[in-house]
Amino acid sequence: MRPAPFEYFAPRTVEDALDLLARHGDRAKLLAGGQSLVPMMNMRLVRPAVVVDLNRVTALGAVREDAGRLRLGSLVRQQTLERDGRVASAAPLLAEAAPLIGHLQTRARGTVGGSLAHADPAAELPACMIALDAVFHLRSARAQRACRAQDFFRGLLATALEPDELLAEIEVPAAPAPRAGHGFAEVARRHGDFALVGACAVLALDAAGVCRHARLVIFGAGDGPHLARATAAVLGEQPSAARLAEVGRAAVAEIDVRADLHATSEYRRRVAAGLAAQALGRAAARAEAA
Amino acid sequence: MTGRPDAALHDIAVIVNGAERRARVIPRLLLADLLREEWGLTGTHLGCEHGACGACTVLVDGDPTRSCLVFAVQVDGCRVDTVEGLAGNGPGLHPLQQAFRARHALQCGFCTPGILMTLVAYLRLHPSPSETEIREALSGNLCRCTGYQHIVQAALDAAVAGRETAPPA
Repeated sequence: MRPAPFEYFAPRTVEDALDLLARHGDRAKLLAGGQSLVPMMNMRLVRPAVVVDLNRVTALGAVREDAGRLRLGSLVRQQTLERDGRVASAAPLLAEAAPLIGHLQTRARGTVGGSLAHADPAAELPACMIALDAVFHLRSARAQRACRAQDFFRGLLATALEPDELLAEIEVPAAPAPRAGHGFAEVARRHGDFALVGACAVLALDAAGVCRHARLVIFGAGDGPHLARATAAVLGEQPSAARLAEVGRAAVAEIDVRADLHATSEYRRRVAAGLAAQALGRAAARAEAA
Repeated sequence: MTGRPDAALHDIAVIVNGAERRARVIPRLLLADLLREEWGLTGTHLGCEHGACGACTVLVDGDPTRSCLVFAVQVDGCRVDTVEGLAGNGPGLHPLQQAFRARHALQCGFCTPGILMTLVAYLRLHPSPSETEIREALSGNLCRCTGYQHIVQAALDAAVAGRETAPPA
């Protein structure tokens, strides 16, 4: 299996990459880590006439941290999330999820922005970014704009990106005050496989243990990561384990759960509800201990 | 869909197992094909050709990388290490290869080069792994003979040997 012919460009700056995108529009594909795009090209499911390789755009590879706010260039490798102390302190949810993204070899090459722009419904990073309420900075030769993670994902492999736009930077806000915790749980057939289903959560409690902030995202269940509405029920409460389990079940009921070769929708619903309760429970326990 | 002709050729220079090699490549040439077809480094095996099996793993600038998912043109200026370079120029084997031989950690041997290159990079960063950690590190490498038990044992042995004889940087 070999890709169809294409024209190759390796710009050194974001501006040059944007000019190439403006010139070639939807005939062009951006190549970041290539761990999703190149398999699809090898199988000829995708045949871009032009490939714009971002790997030499060093400006997209930076990790910056300022007062708990994390800024990740879109070309930051997934393995950096496991290894960089700034990620572990500012966004521990990302550091916890990172080892579960694919395998050693794919994390060495695969990028944060690439996973987000690819928007696989079972991928860990899109779900984590929604739970963290991250903001994506999108750039084109025309303009630049900011897009909340929860507005970026538009269903199966679909995002808010226009054909001439590039996801340049991901901004993860500081953890919500005063005491925040995160939780992550997934079930996959083997370590590194896409999750059959998974859940992640961020919770914040006040001094009295009352929940002031709760975000739960379920992934791998429907055609994209799902930000649960059911968490509204625990705001203003001291959440008990039973209450969080109830929220998990209610959150799953919001999703049109898919079935495939590996799991029926009924199985996915049961597992998703359990994982949602686990993710919320861990987030609450960590917030309690913070 | 009508075919498109191949676009312009690109000149690349790569440090392969310590020595510079040059090539003139079409953009769609995969790194695995450059290594095997152009340079005769057939120790890098191609299994699935879509990033699922790990047989084609080589090191690019020290990182374990699937050479079926990288275009040759992308490694211009990079350092690429393949299984042929593991033992250096001497007649002996790398400690990891020795451990694989001692433990009978290969049956048909097809997956072996990819597993060796993955483990070399992993053990460099994690010199004292647990069995579970070895299994997770190898989750992206398939052995169709299913001989994982001996592979994991060999990796643990090699880790011990590596700790006893401080490896060159």
